[in-house]
Amino acid sequence: MEGVYAFCVGVMTACGIFLTLRGRTFPVVVGLTLLSYAVNLFLFASGRLKLEAAAVLGMSDSYGDPLPQALVLTAIVIGFAMTAFAVILAMRARADLGNDHVDGRIPKTPVEQRQKSGGQR
Amino acid sequence: MQHLSILPILLPLFTGALLLLPPLSGTLYRQRVVTLLSSVLQVLAAVLLVIQIQNDGIHQYILGGWQPPFGIVLVADPLSTVMVALTTFLALGALCYATGNHDRGGKYFYPLFMFQVMGINGAFLTGDVFNLFVFFEVLLIASYALLVHGGGKQRTQATVHYVILNLVGSSIFLFGLGIMYGTLGTLNIADMAQKVPELTGSMAILAKIGALLLLVVFGLKSAMLPLHFWLPKTYSSASAPVAAIFAVMTKVGIYSILRIHNVVFGDEAGELANVAQSWIWPLALMTIAIGTVGALASPSLKILNANLVILSAGSLLVCAALQNEAATSAAVYYMVHSTLVAGGLFLLADLISNQRGKAEDRFVMAKSMDNPVFLALCFAVGAVAVIGMPPLSGFIGKVMILQATQSAAEQVWVWPILLLSSLGALIALSRAGTTLFWRGAPSKQNDEKQVIHIGEWIGVVMLLAASPLLALFAGPMSEIANSAATFLHDPSLSVDALLTSPLVNGGH
Repeated sequence: MEGVYAFCVGVMTACGIFLTLRGRTFPVVVGLTLLSYAVNLFLFASGRLKLEAAAVLGMSDSYGDPLPQALVLTAIVIGFAMTAFAVILAMRARADLGNDHVDGRIPKTPVEQRQKSGGQR
Repeated sequence: MQHLSILPILLPLFTGALLLLPPLSGTLYRQRVVTLLSSVLQVLAAVLLVIQIQNDGIHQYILGGWQPPFGIVLVADPLSTVMVALTTFLALGALCYATGNHDRGGKYFYPLFMFQVMGINGAFLTGDVFNLFVFFEVLLIASYALLVHGGGKQRTQATVHYVILNLVGSSIFLFGLGIMYGTLGTLNIADMAQKVPELTGSMAILAKIGALLLLVVFGLKSAMLPLHFWLPKTYSSASAPVAAIFAVMTKVGIYSILRIHNVVFGDEAGELANVAQSWIWPLALMTIAIGTVGALASPSLKILNANLVILSAGSLLVCAALQNEAATSAAVYYMVHSTLVAGGLFLLADLISNQRGKAEDRFVMAKSMDNPVFLALCFAVGAVAVIGMPPLSGFIGKVMILQATQSAAEQVWVWPILLLSSLGALIALSRAGTTLFWRGAPSKQNDEKQVIHIGEWIGVVMLLAASPLLALFAGPMSEIANSAATFLHDPSLSVDALLTSPLVNGGH
């Protein structure tokens, strides 16, 4: 169980980091969402993974740690709010700047750059 | 007054909420009056809190009445209360300035500003790391909205970078917290400090990773070298009152480094003792260097100010790296000085920019200003303070930092870099001042005269006058700084006292 869990968190973090490094705002927002999912799963695992362990004392022999669940809940709420804000901001940036690039301008492709320098020559 | 320590959080929270409700939400005038009143109250509460903590010692406010380390606690110790007082004072200055029609750029300026102050105060007062994260998010989401206040292409673009970077930072923060909780089983800062020395083997390695992840986050907030690239653009594009309150935000990062990496992972941390110091050392010195280079290369006054903020962040990181009582004491004094002066200089840059027509605050020849004497005097005070020349507070702060270096190796690294950075700042600021004030074309007669609003006047003078006052009252101020450092570096005061004390009050 631990292996699969760790693998899932790792893959999700890797995908999240890859997407946040992209140049347009939409993949970046998706990447941030994936990162926050990975974080939530990770926080959940910080209380150790256990089966059939209630979070209430006296209900089972071994009991689960309730604190990470509270932390995850807080992190989920904050993550949602921040993602919503990032989406709105991305739309506003699209309206204000005229394109959806994170840097606010469309980067030149290598072909265009070559043509430009060729024209100057 | 046992409830005094939660007032710096509750006052801005309720003021911000009230401002959104009908009798106040309608007119800007009422919002201004209520916000200023509340801000004055906050300063009073913060000053009372400082005095109370100085007299009676550390106070722990236990929300919900759970015996620490369980439940949520606020810790008012000399360091956190000084930072709260600094924040509220800076906020009052920025708000005075905002009343000069800088609050019309968008709706909800004042409520957002109050939530921002609440987040910063909360981050300083909280006693456990998860609430530090929560308050970071409160102050960040308010700052996201404040940063776009006023609108404009440049602001939107700077905000996109700032928001994405900080969202990634929040994720890293949570990863760090998860590791901390997984290895230590607690997030209460005092309890963490007690449990870290017991870690050995693989757990210690995991906790080290967690500690360094937290350093990345705090480094991002405090503009440590490879993570500082967002700062000049963000600060220079923010509107003046917002940039002024942002001056304290880098200090939140440095405060967190002092709390986590100098106390929890400090000298007493067993296998993990001073785990972050070897990273902070080179990065802090390079931050100073890059701040100086940036200041010399700045094309406008606002960008110059932003680079000076990086420079001061570097100086404070050096104090964190030195990791001794004298250095922490110097850090507290320098933090108060550099925050207020940086805030004042951002406000002043906006005033200058408004009076120079199309040239704004760029270092080019432009029409001369309408109030050259007042502005030049303010600029001179701010510049002397920020460079660290006698007789103002910057000089005292820098001397304290230089004196805190103990071994010869430390002196060889810190002295030349810090002194050369002062020289760099001196060159950059004198070049700036010469161009701004002495190379002006006479203004045409038909231009309408720019008048400085009384609120703007009060805001700028209040923040810049803090520097001479800090120099004048350097005695009492450095005593407070010393007591803050003593508390922080004595585990029996800053750690054990918080956990062993019986439940004194069920503050709710």
